[in-house]
Amino acid sequence: MEKLTDYIIQIADNSLILGQRLGDLCGHGPTLETDIALTNISLDLFGQVRSYYQYAAKLMGGDANEDTIAFLRKENEYKNVLLVEQPNTDFAYVITRQFFFDHFHWLLQDKLQQSKDETLAAIAKKSIKEVSYHVRFSSDWMKRLGDGTEESHQRIQQAVNDLWVYTDELFHMTEADQEMLQNGVGVDLSLLKDTYYERIKSVLEEATIEIPESNYFQKGGKKGVHTEHMGFILTEMQYMQRTYPNMTW
Amino acid sequence: MTLPEPYIEDDLREILDGVSDPEIPVLTVLQMGVVRSARLENGKAKVQITPTYSGCPAMDVIGDDIKKALKENGYDAEVELILSPAWSTDWITPAGRTALEKYGIAAPLEADADKEALLGNKRIVKCPQCGSTNTILVSQFGSTACKALFKCEDCLEPFDYFKCLK
Repeated sequence: MEKLTDYIIQIADNSLILGQRLGDLCGHGPTLETDIALTNISLDLFGQVRSYYQYAAKLMGGDANEDTIAFLRKENEYKNVLLVEQPNTDFAYVITRQFFFDHFHWLLQDKLQQSKDETLAAIAKKSIKEVSYHVRFSSDWMKRLGDGTEESHQRIQQAVNDLWVYTDELFHMTEADQEMLQNGVGVDLSLLKDTYYERIKSVLEEATIEIPESNYFQKGGKKGVHTEHMGFILTEMQYMQRTYPNMTW
Repeated sequence: MTLPEPYIEDDLREILDGVSDPEIPVLTVLQMGVVRSARLENGKAKVQITPTYSGCPAMDVIGDDIKKALKENGYDAEVELILSPAWSTDWITPAGRTALEKYGIAAPLEADADKEALLGNKRIVKCPQCGSTNTILVSQFGSTACKALFKCEDCLEPFDYFKCLK
């Protein structure tokens, strides 16, 4: 049971932290349409997170609820991948981070639909419809920026080069992943990897973006070891609950 | 695909038909297809609702509004949020689609056509103002999670299109 909770939280934390990152852009998007799009995606992710955390809280029992899980954990208890905590450096980074995550997210939800765990399967069946829109949005923007102006091309290429090192971690199998795979609840992430890279490479090629050749990859988030950005995200996200415990509005 | 028909007990139907969607007030929660069952058990009303999108902020309000409406009619109510089967735009009733169009929101197309429209390949979404299909996609994401933003090139009005979700 404990491993199942770990597994749910590990999946949900990706959406929480990415949702928080995108939420930062509310009112700051480069244009009104992209601002609305990014915050809509954020909202979808938060909606999914709520379903996951509510389920995890039920398994944990006691005083746990979706809010304590979201707001009252320590940094090393968050198990999101490093990719999603990377900053909103500029629009090219926002889109590339989204693009790298969306394709993974879709493949994961696709497989989770067959999970033996009914709740996880139900959340996946719901989420995948939303994630399909995310994939389309971020892939379209990759092409527009890559095959756009000289400036946009150079910037998106830079973002791809910089964020590429965070893609491999998406497929790392934690203990929770292993155990959930064995009992039919989880997904074998290593089997998604080829399809993932095929799909993103095909978009990158169409976008005239060069595919990085580096074989060096960063990891740690799934074990709770985060980049220097994570503390800042949590400080802002948890501020109200830490300052005024149990506040509601 | 055959759709699971929601089971709504007759005594509760009229009451629920008076509860509107807080974000699209011309639609009732029944027309929207978010009420999946409503039954009476020992004098208590048990209602199951399902979200359109996971993050739909209207769900909490819909739950509260349903409880309030039932209370006013003398029923204690319990509202449960269910995720499966996942909501589909096919669950919007024909009357609901008409109400959407009248309100100025283009009703969802079939899945294939929807994809063509949202990819900007075909001009097929009908402007709810003037009826022209000479319309272009402005943004895949609109004023709420369930809508995309379009513009009519004939009457020049921008309008929301309810995205197909299956």
